[in-house]
Amino acid sequence: MTPVRIKPRIKDDEYAMSGPDGRGDEMSLERREFLKLAGGGLVVFFAAGDGLDAQEGGQRGQGQGYPDDPNAYLKVGTDGRVTGFSGKVELGQGTLTALQMMLAEELDVPLASVDMIMGDTAVCPYDGGTFGSRSIKYFGPALRQAAAEARGILVRLASTKLGAPEDALATKDGAVYVLKSPSKKATYADLIGGKKIEVRLDKKPPIKPIAAHTVTGKPTLRSDGPAKVTGEAKFSGDIRLPGMLYAAVLRPPAHGAKLKSADTSAAEKVPGARVVRDGDLVAVLHAKPDVAAEAVTLIKAEFEPSPSTLDNGNIFPHLKEVTARTDVVIESGNLDEGAKLATKIVEKSYFAQYVAHAPSEPHTAVVRIDGDKAEVWASTQSPFRVQQEIAKLLGLDVPNVRVRAPFVGGGFGGKNAGAQIVEAARLAKIAGKPVQVAWSRKEEFFYDTFRPAATYDIRSGLDAQNRIVLWDYKNYHAGSRSSQPVYDIPHKRVTGYGGGFGGAEGVHPFGTGAWRGPGSNTNIFATESHIDLMAETAGMDPLSFRLANLTDARMKKVVQAAADKFGHTFAKAPSGHGYGIAITDYLGTYLATMAEVAVDKASGHVQVLRVICAQDTGEVINPEGARMQIEGCITMGLGYCLTEEIRFKDGAVLTENYDTYELPRMSWLPKIEVVLVDNPDLAPQGCGEPAITVMGAVVANAVNDAIGVRMDMLPMTAARIKEALAKK
Amino acid sequence: MDKTIRFKLNGKEVAVETSPERMLLWVLRTDLEHTGTKYGCGEGYCGFCTVLVDSKPERSCSLPVSKVEGKSVLTIEGLSKGGRLHPLQQAFVDNGALQCGYCTPGMIMESYALLMRKPNPTEAEIADALEGNICRCGTHKRVIAAVRQASGALKMKVVDHDAR
Repeated sequence: MTPVRIKPRIKDDEYAMSGPDGRGDEMSLERREFLKLAGGGLVVFFAAGDGLDAQEGGQRGQGQGYPDDPNAYLKVGTDGRVTGFSGKVELGQGTLTALQMMLAEELDVPLASVDMIMGDTAVCPYDGGTFGSRSIKYFGPALRQAAAEARGILVRLASTKLGAPEDALATKDGAVYVLKSPSKKATYADLIGGKKIEVRLDKKPPIKPIAAHTVTGKPTLRSDGPAKVTGEAKFSGDIRLPGMLYAAVLRPPAHGAKLKSADTSAAEKVPGARVVRDGDLVAVLHAKPDVAAEAVTLIKAEFEPSPSTLDNGNIFPHLKEVTARTDVVIESGNLDEGAKLATKIVEKSYFAQYVAHAPSEPHTAVVRIDGDKAEVWASTQSPFRVQQEIAKLLGLDVPNVRVRAPFVGGGFGGKNAGAQIVEAARLAKIAGKPVQVAWSRKEEFFYDTFRPAATYDIRSGLDAQNRIVLWDYKNYHAGSRSSQPVYDIPHKRVTGYGGGFGGAEGVHPFGTGAWRGPGSNTNIFATESHIDLMAETAGMDPLSFRLANLTDARMKKVVQAAADKFGHTFAKAPSGHGYGIAITDYLGTYLATMAEVAVDKASGHVQVLRVICAQDTGEVINPEGARMQIEGCITMGLGYCLTEEIRFKDGAVLTENYDTYELPRMSWLPKIEVVLVDNPDLAPQGCGEPAITVMGAVVANAVNDAIGVRMDMLPMTAARIKEALAKK
Repeated sequence: MDKTIRFKLNGKEVAVETSPERMLLWVLRTDLEHTGTKYGCGEGYCGFCTVLVDSKPERSCSLPVSKVEGKSVLTIEGLSKGGRLHPLQQAFVDNGALQCGYCTPGMIMESYALLMRKPNPTEAEIADALEGNICRCGTHKRVIAAVRQASGALKMKVVDHDAR
C-alpha cells in the first residue's frame, strides 16, 4: 500500500514548548505526523518496519506515525492480565478508559483485566502529544489494529496447540476455544503470557465490525474514578524521591523585565535553604516547598522595566498593525462577483481577549539526574517532546531520559508548554539532587501560554432570496482552525493574518498557544455571531436562515436533532426569549448547540439557563465519556463567554489568582442536555474540544435575542453588556 | 522556632516538629506525606485543599498548623475504610463526577461537611455549599448529582472518625 500523506486541515497547529517566556517553537503537525489511509472508511495507519524498539528506546515511529508491531501496544501477563501502552496522557479527558475499552473489545478480553500505561517514554510508543482531540481518532485505530493482529496471532498459536484449523476457533474472555467444543481452549496467558509476540501475520486481520461490539459503544464508568476519589491518584507534585528538594524561583514583575541585581543574603540565612543561580535563573531550594517559597520573597532583586507598552485597550489596534504573515485559508468564486450578487452587505468586526488555561493542577515537574541518565515526572501533554528537550538541555542521549506523565490535572493546551520542566532540570543539575518545581497559581497565570487576543473583520452579502453569496473573512492572530464557513457560499475568501495562536515575535507581550479548540473557539464566536446578524438582516429566524444556507445533509441532521431536543421555536431576533444557536464542524465532529439565557438589564449579568448540544462524533467508544466531555466543554465554556480575561499592562500580568479570574462556579450551572447523534459508520472523531468552540457564539446570540444587543467582544462581562445597553 | 504540634489525622495521633506558622496543607503534603489534599491557589479561592478540622471544612492552604493543635483533621485519605469506598466517594465514581481529579479531594471533603450539617440537601443547597470549590473540567452537573445520590445513602455515623 502506498502511503498517503494527509495534510492537516489546519496550518497553524503550533505548540509552545519551553523557552523562558514560553514562546512557541513553530513545530508543525505536518512535520510530526505522517498518516496513511486504509480502506473501509476507517483511518488506520502503520509505519514501515517493526516497532520492537518502541518499547525499548521509546523513539521508534517518531515523525513516522505509530509503530507496526503489536508488542509496542500490548502485553499479556502470565496471569492473563493485559497491559496496553499509549504515549497519550490522561488529562481528565477519559482517554484511559476509552483505550482500555478498545483494547478489551478487539482482543476479546474482559474490560476489568486491561491495565493501561500512558505517557511513559520508556515503554510507550512514540506520540507527538495529547492535543487536538486526537487520542481516540488517531491513536485508537492503531491500538485497535494492533489488538486485532495480536488476536489473529493468538488464534494461529492456538491452532497448533489445540490441533484445530484456525477457522474452527474463536476468542472470548482471554482464551481461544474450539467453536464446536468450547471446553477445548487455550488461554492467552498459556499462549503468550509474559512473552513477546514473535509470530507475525503476513496479512493484517480485519478489525471487528461494529455490530459485533460488546464493550465499546456501551456507557462505561471511568476506570480512574476510585484512585481519584481516595487521593491515591498521583500527580507530578505528589512524587516523593529520597533527597528531593523543592524549588522556588525568583520571578520578574513583568514579561521582558531583565534581572539587574539580586541580593540573596537574607534568603541564604533561612535554615536549610540553598540559593542557586544559573544566569538569570535564581532559586531557593529547600526540603519544604512552603519554606522555599517564603525564602525566595527575601531576595532583594532589581529588574529593568519591561519594554512592552501593551494593555487590554491598545492590544487590538496593535494586532492589526503587526500582521507579519498572511495565509489565504480558503478561496473560491470571486468576491467582486459575490458583491454584485448581493442586495444587502453586512459588515462587522469582532474581538476576543486573552484567556488563561488555568488548569486545576499548576505546571509541575520533578527531575532526577543520575550520571548519564535522567528521569522526569511532569504535568505535560507531550512527554516525548519533553524527552528530546531535556536530553538536549542536559546533553544526554535521548533514550537515557525517561519522561513520565502521571495523572495530569487538566491541560487544555496549556501543558504543551513545559518551561517548569526545563527549570527543574537545570536546578537538579546544579543541586545534584532531585528537584521539584511546582508553580504557584500566580506563576501559572504569569507563564501560561494564553489563548491569544484576536480580532476579526467580516464582510458578507445576501442576495434577494436571502442566500449568502459573499463571505470575506479576516482573522488576525486567532489561528485558522474552524475559520472556513460550514455554509454553502459561492464567493468566499478566508484570510488569516499573523502567526496563528502560537504568536510570532513582537505580537504578544507574553506566551500564547493552543487553548481547548484553538482558533476555533474565537473564530466560531465571530462567524456564528455574524451569521445571526445576517439572519436578522434577512428578517429570518436564526434556525431557518441556517438551514436554508446549508447543503451538508449530515450537518442538517445534527441541527435538527438539537432543535428537536430544544423544543422551542426560534423567532427573528431579538425576540425577547433569549434563545441562541451556533453550529460547527470541528475537525470532522459536527455539532449544534442551542441555549436559553436571561439577562439582568440593570446589572448586565447573564445567567445561562439551559444548553442543548447535539453532536455527531462518528463511532462513539464510550458514550458516558463523550457526554462528560461535552458537558465539561459547555460548563468550562461559560467562563470564556462571560468573565475570563487576562488583564495586563506593560508586560505585567495583573490577573494573579482566581479572585480576579472568575471561573464558572456551581451557581452558573445551566440545565445541560446532550444528544449523541448516532453515526457509527464514521470512524471515531474527536470529542474533547468540539463542544466548547461554539459557546461564545451561542451565548452571544442568545443575549442578542434577549435584549437586542450584539456583543462583539469576548468575554461578555456584565460591565460590557451594561455599557452596550446604555449605547443602544 | 520549631515546636511539636500534636493532632489527630484521620483518627490517628500525629506529632510534627515544625514552625507553627506553616500552613497545614504543606505539613500534610510534605511532613506527613498525605498528598491527597491538593494545592490550588494558596488564598482560599478554589477549595482544592479543603480538609475537615473538628468536622468543619477548612482551607488548609490558609490555616496555620498551630490552629489544629489538639484537634481532629480528616483528609481524603481518611474517608474510605478497609479498602471500601465511602458512599460519597462511591457516588462520585458512579456519577462520573470527576475528570482530571485534581479538585476532587477538596470537592468531596466540602460535600462531606455539607452532608454532616444537612443529610438531605436540595440541589440548590449543594450548589451553594460548593460555590467555593472550582472544577476547571466542568463536572459541576455530575458533582451535584453525586452529592444527591450520597445524601440518600449516607449514614453519617462515619463522621465519628475519632473512634476508628
